Amino acid sequence: MKDFGFTVQLDHSIDYDAKDKRMMRYVLYHEPSLDWCIGCGSCTATCSAGQFTLFNIRMAHTLLRRGETEKLKQELKKCMFCGKCQLTCPRGVNLRNVLLRINRAIELFG
Amino acid sequence: MDPQVIIIGAGIAGLTAAGALAEKGHHVLILEKEAQPGGHVAQWDRLFPSRRPGSEVLDHIRKIMDGRVEIKPGIRINGIIAHDQDFTVLTEEGTSYTGQALLIASGFRLFQAERKEEYGYGIYDNVITSAEVETVFKQGKKLLTSKGTLPQRVALIHCVGSRDEKVGNLYCSKVCCVTGVKQAIEIKEQLPQCEVFSFYMDMRMYDRHFEELYFEAQKQWGVQFIRGRLSECSEAPDQSLIIKTEDTLTGRPLRMIVDLVILLVGFVPEPETGKLVEMLGLSTGEDGFILPSDEHYNDNLTTVPGVFLAGAVKGPATISNTIADARAAALQIDSWLKTKP
Repeated sequence: MKDFGFTVQLDHSIDYDAKDKRMMRYVLYHEPSLDWCIGCGSCTATCSAGQFTLFNIRMAHTLLRRGETEKLKQELKKCMFCGKCQLTCPRGVNLRNVLLRINRAIELFG
Repeated sequence: MDPQVIIIGAGIAGLTAAGALAEKGHHVLILEKEAQPGGHVAQWDRLFPSRRPGSEVLDHIRKIMDGRVEIKPGIRINGIIAHDQDFTVLTEEGTSYTGQALLIASGFRLFQAERKEEYGYGIYDNVITSAEVETVFKQGKKLLTSKGTLPQRVALIHCVGSRDEKVGNLYCSKVCCVTGVKQAIEIKEQLPQCEVFSFYMDMRMYDRHFEELYFEAQKQWGVQFIRGRLSECSEAPDQSLIIKTEDTLTGRPLRMIVDLVILLVGFVPEPETGKLVEMLGLSTGEDGFILPSDEHYNDNLTTVPGVFLAGAVKGPATISNTIADARAAALQIDSWLKTKP
């Protein structure tokens, strides 16, 4: 094919309706307190793994909600399960169970 | 002669209601636990959003009631007896006062910042509260670090004791966001070289002129806003502070060294009011503040006939809201007294 010197960019937006939401539903069913999150970032600020890697638990939750499961799988491997996020959460979200459930959801639907 | 109305609390709510009732010709007595009337506002310098002196508002309210209302300071209430037609308030001093209507205007208390231990208030000298900043400004002093130097960088921390299930307060205290913006501007006014950062979860600029004040802080004063809740604060050997948050907009943990941390403390129910609630059999919400008999139609009334509410006993409120609410309570009390035989 003739090279015209330009490329085609793929759509970068989140196509919400096209995403697989089974993982999100599974996690919310087994840990409803995740719905209480207000995205303040206390969890990420205190996260042991987040100090040294790009792991971001607040972002992982958003990825789960948006059905961005491929990115989520990479993220979760960095968590050390220390539970500091849960100690600091101002909404009382059971974050350790959230993480367990996301891991299980990856096994089931990933 | 017995008063017709006994008001508990001589803050903005109690004084305003007293003035309005006196204007209608009622005999009013205010019982105040502190030595001086004026409540919290007497301790504060300038008010948001216009930055007019708090003393101006207080003087105006006092002018309306002075000479017409009796205030008894230093009173501790240890019992209230409800009779058919009136109430008798008993004090620890052994005195008693009887009135036909009772207005509870005993306000709020500021959240005790020590409870948020990870922020280091009471441990590190350079962690202070928004109330202490008001005192510094009111005394006409400069805001200094514990070593007496000019701070080069200050962090204002939103939602301290509010929106936080870890301290048991899920509610928003409403006034801290705008207080933070006001104080940020005042710090820049006083110390133009100082960098001022605000750490917030949401900027709740809900009332008239609040958003404009927020814009002024950005446009005119260069106050910087970082969206993230503070997770902890620790002290460096030179007594500066290392604060940690997530900068949620870049998605990365953020550390910063500042000279001064100002905690924007929220409202909590006044414990003394809790005793009144028990004595009178009133009900409170999950937030601990008193519930009116109807949140829309009768928000100055309680389930006990003759017992009325005004101001921050019903939850966090601005001064302008409190004044309006106290006037409304006065009208309700006036109509109620007129229906009595």
